[in-house]
Amino acid sequence: MSLPLLAASAEHGYTAPDQSIFWQPLIGSGAFAITRPAIVFALSAVLIIALLLAGTKRLAVVPGKKQMVVEAAYGFVRNSLARDIIGSKDFRRFVPLLFTFFTLVLVNNLFGVIPPIQYPTMSRIAFPLALTVLLYLTYHIVGLRRKGFARYFGGLVPPGLPKLIVPLVFLLELLSVVVIQPVTITLRLFGNMFAGHLILVLFITGAEYMFIDGGLGLKIVGIPTIIMAFVLTLFELFVEFLQAYVYTMLAATFIASALADEH
Amino acid sequence: MYGSLAIVGYGLSAIGPGIGIGLIFAAYINGVARQPEARGMLQTIAILGFVLAEALAIFGIALAFVFSGTNPNG
Repeated sequence: MSLPLLAASAEHGYTAPDQSIFWQPLIGSGAFAITRPAIVFALSAVLIIALLLAGTKRLAVVPGKKQMVVEAAYGFVRNSLARDIIGSKDFRRFVPLLFTFFTLVLVNNLFGVIPPIQYPTMSRIAFPLALTVLLYLTYHIVGLRRKGFARYFGGLVPPGLPKLIVPLVFLLELLSVVVIQPVTITLRLFGNMFAGHLILVLFITGAEYMFIDGGLGLKIVGIPTIIMAFVLTLFELFVEFLQAYVYTMLAATFIASALADEH
Repeated sequence: MYGSLAIVGYGLSAIGPGIGIGLIFAAYINGVARQPEARGMLQTIAILGFVLAEALAIFGIALAFVFSGTNPNG
């Protein structure tokens, strides 16, 4: 689906894909264009709502197939992420947020390899950034409400440190909580999806170029290239699950550390 | 033939996280081999460590594209 790329490669040789393949406005142009990821994101929201409604419509003690899938996903987020990381005392309030993160990130990531959509929404940084803004506000606000201003920021420094290095540790921890944590969690999701999609496009369009425009030698080399594209698609599938898990886990970790009593 | 030095820089920046992730999972495998019942707890810790080490590589690829510049030949 990278039309500009194919047009360019037909003229003079093969042009490797770069970041421009991700900019795909469908309606309009410029900053307010409705782009392909925007539509994929809306589609993912509709799909998640439909799946969850279908899975929870007729709740039974002995669950049916759909209910079982929904319960498995929910139970996974609730028990092995929220409860184990945040702690059994106040994890319940955060389960809806974490479940939203998990399903939204997972479905959008999976769209990266599901034909005919094949566009990982999170490879546009605006989408992970929007999720992270929500997370950022959440963990700071619950932390401040629980402990108050002085205790929240005072609690960043572990007790029992020599007096001299307390300001240094405080600055480092403040930088970590205010800047590094949100930036890394956003960039991680973005970077993984971006790089993975770029690699897939590189292998697939490369193999296509080798088969169509290449000589005999290139056609032979094209066979391992297309096999590699297949293998990397499977690897991407794995990475997509892993990143959804990792994003939710880090979100839970940040909330937990904002709520934790001591350092 | 045109390449970008920024991508070479990314290759260099991926060495450290690569070694780090290898060490983390080596420790995880060791831990599980010694105490299989601790698998669940170790898994969370291992993935957390993996994620922190991986962040450096992700920074590398983001910066590689930020500083990749333009093709001087065309």
